Amino acid sequence: MLPLQLESLSFSAGDTAIIRGISARIEAGPRTIVLGANGAGKSVLMRLCHGLLRPTGGTVRWQGSGCQAMVFQRPVMLRRSALENVVYGLRLAGKSRREALLRAGDVLEAVELSHRTHSPARVLSGGEQQRLALARAWALGPDVLFLDEPTASLDPAATQDIERLIAAIHASGTKIIMTTHNLGQARRLGDEVLFLNKGRLIEHTPIDRFFSHPASSEAATFLKGELP
Amino acid sequence: MIKARGILAALALAGLVSAVPALAQDKSITVASTTSTENSGLFKHILPLFKKRTGIDVKVVAQGTGQALNTGKRGDADVVFVHDKTKELAMVKAGDFVNRHDVMYNDFVVVGPKGDPAKVGGSKDVVASLKKIAYAKAPFASRGDKSGTHAAELRLWKAAAVDPASGKGSWYRETGSGMGATLNTAAGMNAYALTDRGTWLSFKNRADLVISVEGDKRLFNQYGVMLVNPARHAHVKKDLGQAFIDWIVSPEGQKAIADYTINGEQLFFSNAGK
Amino acid sequence: MTDLSEAFAAAWTLIAGFDAELARVVGLSLRVSLSAVAIATLIGLPLGALLAVGRFRGRQPLIVLLNAMMGLPPVVIGLVVYLLLSRAGPLGAFGLLFTPSAMVIAQTILIVPIIAALSRQSIDDAWREYEEQLRSLGAGPVSAAMTLVWDTRFSLLTIILAGFGRAAAEVGAVMIVGGNIDGVTRVMTTTIALETSKGDLPLALGLGIILILLIIFLNALAAVTRGFAQRRYG
Repeated sequence: MLPLQLESLSFSAGDTAIIRGISARIEAGPRTIVLGANGAGKSVLMRLCHGLLRPTGGTVRWQGSGCQAMVFQRPVMLRRSALENVVYGLRLAGKSRREALLRAGDVLEAVELSHRTHSPARVLSGGEQQRLALARAWALGPDVLFLDEPTASLDPAATQDIERLIAAIHASGTKIIMTTHNLGQARRLGDEVLFLNKGRLIEHTPIDRFFSHPASSEAATFLKGELP
Repeated sequence: MIKARGILAALALAGLVSAVPALAQDKSITVASTTSTENSGLFKHILPLFKKRTGIDVKVVAQGTGQALNTGKRGDADVVFVHDKTKELAMVKAGDFVNRHDVMYNDFVVVGPKGDPAKVGGSKDVVASLKKIAYAKAPFASRGDKSGTHAAELRLWKAAAVDPASGKGSWYRETGSGMGATLNTAAGMNAYALTDRGTWLSFKNRADLVISVEGDKRLFNQYGVMLVNPARHAHVKKDLGQAFIDWIVSPEGQKAIADYTINGEQLFFSNAGK
Repeated sequence: MTDLSEAFAAAWTLIAGFDAELARVVGLSLRVSLSAVAIATLIGLPLGALLAVGRFRGRQPLIVLLNAMMGLPPVVIGLVVYLLLSRAGPLGAFGLLFTPSAMVIAQTILIVPIIAALSRQSIDDAWREYEEQLRSLGAGPVSAAMTLVWDTRFSLLTIILAGFGRAAAEVGAVMIVGGNIDGVTRVMTTTIALETSKGDLPLALGLGIILILLIIFLNALAAVTRGFAQRRYG
């Protein structure tokens, strides 16, 4: 599916412009972190790329077809067991029930939730539910995984679990595109940065260079103002 | 989830099917009659005897006379059994009904508060009594619903040369309801009211009301039975309906009517063919 | 107050004595209202779900209309159905007037807006929560609607119980289209009306108490269901 090509991408809600003419080429391989202050347009950009929102201008162009998945800040679980939640995604993707059950079981083991296989998903802890959300996405074997602030609602221990999981998913060949407010997390998990400010793409640089030598004044201000 | 839908659908079907009248048991007729006849309990007494004789089930829809006649005219009943002879004959002439017969009569009485503000207690002259009630502006509860009772009441006011509409909103209260509901209102308001004796005898919420005026020949209340014209409505069960009419005017039916009593008192007096 | 104690005595005598006529009347009330709510659910639930999830022109006015129809007076529905089913009316050939079927039809019309509007609200709230995730996983509107209906099943059960309660408690519609025929179309509410008009108030009140007990039981059932669901599924 990659590279993903964004051409003069714009999005307005009513009279307010949220994304203003973003052009970028996102390659397969590096883990991409989208950074920016509140209201910069990070979440909207993710949703435009994933197809949850339709651009009001410009295009989102993928190379060929494939599978994408997305994990949100708050995991949305159906009122059924953990296993059934994972099976749900697989069935929607066209797998037979038998295939889905097998695959779901494997994935739950990989994320260390086997002991919760038949528990109602909604009684799991926040961290467990987010792991389950990742399992559900991973089970689909996506080429690209979008993550919108996946650990913002979690405690440090759960956050570590999720970060380990994201690394594992990347290692299995999935492209990671993620937003976060946590700069430490960005450094731990990211390979390149897309820095947004007021709906515009200001920088698209490898992660180390972004943190040590930000090219723009906005990025410098951002890095000084935010606490890790 | 689809299974649950299936169960729901099956339940709905079962309910609907069990609610639909069994077509096999088609030996039944619909008789539109009046609430006063139903409330008197007469049908509970005579219909089982009719069923025993003919095997026909009678479904009684009890409405006001006006509504019952309309129901028959629309073809929603097979037989109509009401008490407004003038209207009945007019509608036979108009072709809505056929085979009309007198069946029985009872009488109306005027009930009123024990305190008797209009001083009409014990009178045998209903017209004079109504004049007194209007003059005293004593509260009077009327059915006001185009029933046979209401029609009779209006005729009596006319005979008394009183226009009750002049008292509307003050002493003359139209309830627009059946006999029982009107008596409830009269009992609650300590008002006079015109009622058929049958309803009065079985009415249980009398409060302070007693019979004030009775025995006047003008309080005579004639009931008639007739068949909905099958020429107008092809679906009318004319044979079964006619069987009901024939039975109710026969000596057996007439005796059943005369035998019906409440607390030993006879309510209806058979007079078919008399 | 003596009316009230007489009423409780009357109610108790009827229930304890397994009065046959009472049983028949209660049985018919249940059959009519249960049939009506079952059919109304089959119609109203998909309608509410699709209205919650779908996006089309005229959706907002349709929602407003549906909400308004929850307030349709039963007696007016009864009158309209009467005019339709009467022999003199367009559907007269079916001969449905003054039968329990007519009562089911009238009550179904009464409850469909309730079930549709309330389930629409419930599913709409759930859709707000689930929409992005379900769409991300690839669910189309119909598939999403079905998923939401199953996921909100306990709220929906409460709505269905409310619809049944509304049907069981109304008298205007069933009186007009049923005719209150002894042994055929006489239900609890029409019997209460009849006994009141005969001045037999204790008996009417007694039946009223039984009806209220039924409604209370239904509400308790709804509360227990909600509690169970909350504990079990979160």
